[in-house]
Amino acid sequence: MPERKKSDPQQDKVPDGKQPVSDEELLRDRSFHSIVPQDSIAGSALVLVIAIMAFLASLTLSAVVLVNDTARGWQSDIAREVTVQVRPIDGVDITQSVISARQIVGKFSGVEAVSVVADENLQLMLQPWLGSGFDLDQLPVPRLISVRVSRTNPPDYVAMAAELTQKVPGASLDNHRAWLDRLNTMARTTIVVGILVFALMMAATVLTVVFATRGAMAGNRHIIEVLHFVGAERAYIAGQFQKHFLLLGLKGALAGGVLAIIALAFFGAWVRGNEADPSAEQVTAFFGTFSVGLAGYVGTGMLIFFIAMLTAITSRLTVFRHVGTLDQSAVET
Amino acid sequence: MIRFEDVGVRYGSGKDVLRDLTFDIKPASFQFLTGPSGAGKTSLLRLLFLSLQPSRGKITVFGRDADSLSQTDLPGIRRRIGIVFQDFRLLDHLTLYENVALPLRVRGYEESGYRRDVIDLLKWVGLAERVDAFPPILSGGEKQRAAIARALIDQPEVLLADEPTGNLDPSLARRLLRLFVELNRTGTSVVIATHDLDLMDQISARRMVLNEGRMQIYA
Repeated sequence: MPERKKSDPQQDKVPDGKQPVSDEELLRDRSFHSIVPQDSIAGSALVLVIAIMAFLASLTLSAVVLVNDTARGWQSDIAREVTVQVRPIDGVDITQSVISARQIVGKFSGVEAVSVVADENLQLMLQPWLGSGFDLDQLPVPRLISVRVSRTNPPDYVAMAAELTQKVPGASLDNHRAWLDRLNTMARTTIVVGILVFALMMAATVLTVVFATRGAMAGNRHIIEVLHFVGAERAYIAGQFQKHFLLLGLKGALAGGVLAIIALAFFGAWVRGNEADPSAEQVTAFFGTFSVGLAGYVGTGMLIFFIAMLTAITSRLTVFRHVGTLDQSAVET
Repeated sequence: MIRFEDVGVRYGSGKDVLRDLTFDIKPASFQFLTGPSGAGKTSLLRLLFLSLQPSRGKITVFGRDADSLSQTDLPGIRRRIGIVFQDFRLLDHLTLYENVALPLRVRGYEESGYRRDVIDLLKWVGLAERVDAFPPILSGGEKQRAAIARALIDQPEVLLADEPTGNLDPSLARRLLRLFVELNRTGTSVVIATHDLDLMDQISARRMVLNEGRMQIYA
């Protein structure tokens, strides 16, 4: 700025008569404000919307993980156990039958443990129907043998059932196949429903975040225009907004995600503290102990990252589209 | 520097806003662009600033055909053309210093390298005392001078000003005109769009008069 910068005394006159500011003061270091305003109502509202959607999406994700784990747990538990039932038959010593059955089952490879359900436990199982204090030997109650089997190398159930039927009167083998099939179907359905619910939640989150970001960007259009007209590259403008909105997205998503994890920890503590409570027991049956494990935490972390990136990318695309409009809307021939 | 050949503009299927414009903006020239409201002054300024493409005709800017410029070429060309908007378009959340320095900041220059230039320019337009003020507390005249300083900070070869004295009292308008003349003496071509006859009468300069989309030039 050569000649024109030489100060014109007329121009340097201070309008309100104050003392002129010294060069030293004028040339001091100054910190720059961000090109995109940091605090705005639209920005705060966007953080709140993102936090709410991240909270709901994280809870949905965790619920799907929990139900998925529990359903798989049911399958696993039931697939690892078969039951031998020995019915009382007149003239046959049932205690001897139980011992024989236990020996037959125990010799099969793939059997990990065999235990006879104790009479006290049978009485407890029947207590809701027969009350307490009845004599088990006076009733035709079958005795049960619980057999724990290897999941990877299960025994030959057909041979086991055949030998039991042949050698022990009144003995039969129940490998819970019917239950297992039903549980498999139920678990698969639960998992599919969970994934669908999560997909819907994600679709709602994506749409909400995109529209909320575009809404917040609308208040910044004049900044995009000024930057564009002072010769800023499109990528520079987009970069400024992307950085700002990435932080907003991260702030909101982190708040929502962390709140969801705290909520799960709270439910977990409640369930553990009320184990005797029937309602807590029912909740545990479906959601386990509310421990989402590594998958839940990694999933929530990915969700937070995804939402923050979505916010940043939406702002970037909005800038690109608006700058394109500034240069091209005029081509109305 | 900038050349128009038989340029016309039509929005949509409406009538021509500008037609058959042929003229040059020569280096270090000074001209007023005038005409009644709706004559197409703002459209012509947009054409000069390359934010509007003509419906027909040819525009050559700094030796390059405007039609051949890509999106990535435009910022580089715009840096050689300063523009002062009628509504100033200062950013309210930035100080006056930051607003004026904005064109250099967006180019990624180090602040220490241009600090003195910005302060000198603010002195030149008489705003040194307001260096740390925010636009909402500035008067109309101060905003106008700040917008001029921003347009000049990167030493453009052409300065376009849209009604720069529109809302100013006559003495401030004269003062601004003096700024433009002084700037022109340093080699910058100046195009001032105005319908203020008093302002135009104060100096002898080329007048480009638009009327119903056509232009007449008075040397």
